[in-house]
Amino acid sequence: MSAPSTGGASRDGYGSALLRLSSDPRVVVLEADLGKSTKSCHFRELYPERTISLGIAEQNMVLVASGMASSGKIPFASTFAIFTERGFEQVRNGVARPGLVVHLCGSHGGVHTGTDGSSAQSIEDLALYRTIPGMTVMHPCDDLSAEELTVQLLNHDNPSYTRTARNKTPRMYDQETCKSLKIGKGSVLREGGDVAIISCGVMVSESMKAAEYLSSKGIEATVVDMHTLKPLDTDLIDELAGRCKGLVTAEDHSVIGGLGGAVAEHVSYNGGTPLRMVGVPDRFGESGTPQDLMEAMGITYGDIAASCESLMS
Amino acid sequence: MDNAQLEELARQCRRHIVRMIHSAGAGHPGGSLSAIDILVALYANKLRFDVENPDWDDRDRFVMSKGHASPAVYSILHEVGFISEADMMSFRKIGSVCQGHVDMKWTDGVDFSAGSLGMGLSFGLGCALAARMDSSDRDIWVMVGDGETQEGQFWEAAMAADFHSVGRLNLIVDRNRIQNDDFVEVQMEVGDVAKKLSSFGWNVKEIDGHSMEEVVSAIEWSSSNISSPTAIVAHTTKGKGVSFMENNPSFHGKAPTDEELRMSLEELS
Repeated sequence: MSAPSTGGASRDGYGSALLRLSSDPRVVVLEADLGKSTKSCHFRELYPERTISLGIAEQNMVLVASGMASSGKIPFASTFAIFTERGFEQVRNGVARPGLVVHLCGSHGGVHTGTDGSSAQSIEDLALYRTIPGMTVMHPCDDLSAEELTVQLLNHDNPSYTRTARNKTPRMYDQETCKSLKIGKGSVLREGGDVAIISCGVMVSESMKAAEYLSSKGIEATVVDMHTLKPLDTDLIDELAGRCKGLVTAEDHSVIGGLGGAVAEHVSYNGGTPLRMVGVPDRFGESGTPQDLMEAMGITYGDIAASCESLMS
Repeated sequence: MDNAQLEELARQCRRHIVRMIHSAGAGHPGGSLSAIDILVALYANKLRFDVENPDWDDRDRFVMSKGHASPAVYSILHEVGFISEADMMSFRKIGSVCQGHVDMKWTDGVDFSAGSLGMGLSFGLGCALAARMDSSDRDIWVMVGDGETQEGQFWEAAMAADFHSVGRLNLIVDRNRIQNDDFVEVQMEVGDVAKKLSSFGWNVKEIDGHSMEEVVSAIEWSSSNISSPTAIVAHTTKGKGVSFMENNPSFHGKAPTDEELRMSLEELS
């Protein structure tokens, strides 16, 4: 893995976004004792009167958020990705079903979370929230894009789930380029005609590294930051499928139901574009450094490159 | 309305309830009949709402957490003018505004989408926190079943409501002592709910949930107490008003047959 750049982790972007959103008095922040970790703590510090502490009680937090949304507020609620799952049915029945616009953020997603071990490494959150009608599901790749996409939620008409990461990864954007991001539109970071790598979260920088490696071997790859898993940018996928030999998805999430699953569902209808999925195999993580875990799960840039090469042969 | 008028309105609503459930061939008569006296007193005398403007920001909220008692809600919404007789009688049929469990997305006058127990008090707490931020004097009323207090989330919300000192949150526990499979004491006795809520910091009053006098006075007591969350533990009879449904677990979630409907309406005439 690349050494961390000067940027922050995507969870820092969430924290910065809440501060930018604070000028709208409808914005309220809800916490379940992990505000220091998800980075909503910065909002709490400046706007305690609009920050609601719910203690270690995620199910209650989700419904308090929906009650506030029904009363004209725009709630941003966060905890670890894995603990949002304790409130999954609450999100399904209490938020999405009545169409109340609550924005849920799960930090510390994926095996990249590291040494805390498998209990803290959600590898199924994206799959879960993707199944809920009307939910927007996002997984930005760095702090600047997480900030930009979270800010855009202010005027978003659907409830959302955003996964952020615990650890820093190299920045894919700068202050200017991140402004071109749009919820629901994949962001093409690199153009290449042979194969397209569609990635999200911490795997975007790995995908860029894979593309550089492939280029040295004469294979040119397009790399997409598919920060929004739902609604999926199917126009972009169709375009890539039309001009590349195949697609490779890359995610720090189970190969079942996440970005790979979403792309597979789509391409099964478009003539069956060759597809390889790089993700966490059907197993739990364990303790270790992010790099150790990415190697153990087979989700390094080398694994992405190998999948691309297999499509070319 | 005076108590006699409220009692007459409750009788009308009980007739709607059994007719609706009979017509649908499914539904929950027991918990609808145990709750209806309280709903009638609330809607007829207390709640601030506007039938012409169901989404009015400053309306009081009624959060029916025990969403299977939807026929009770629809009967009173019909009586106060939110929904028509035809809407009411389309209960549980495809495309009906009267869904099996109360749903704010489908029905004007419904403030919460229920059906999964244990969530309503949390939602009401969210409504109450938002009202306080807006400096609004709108009141939030939440009704839960006694079996529902077996859900852990209910106690998460009870703890949080006290911690946040939300005074305009008013809880009603329909203590009818029967849940889906059997009597509450057989499934998981919830014990002295009033004492438990009191130990969570709530102001609590216990009443006979079928004495209109006690119901009306408890509602006044609850709404006038705005310094802390208040709870009314209403001791009720499941299936109240229809002799063969009363205290009978088999009528938690069963529609009356043609003959049972006839007998019910005769008793409620």
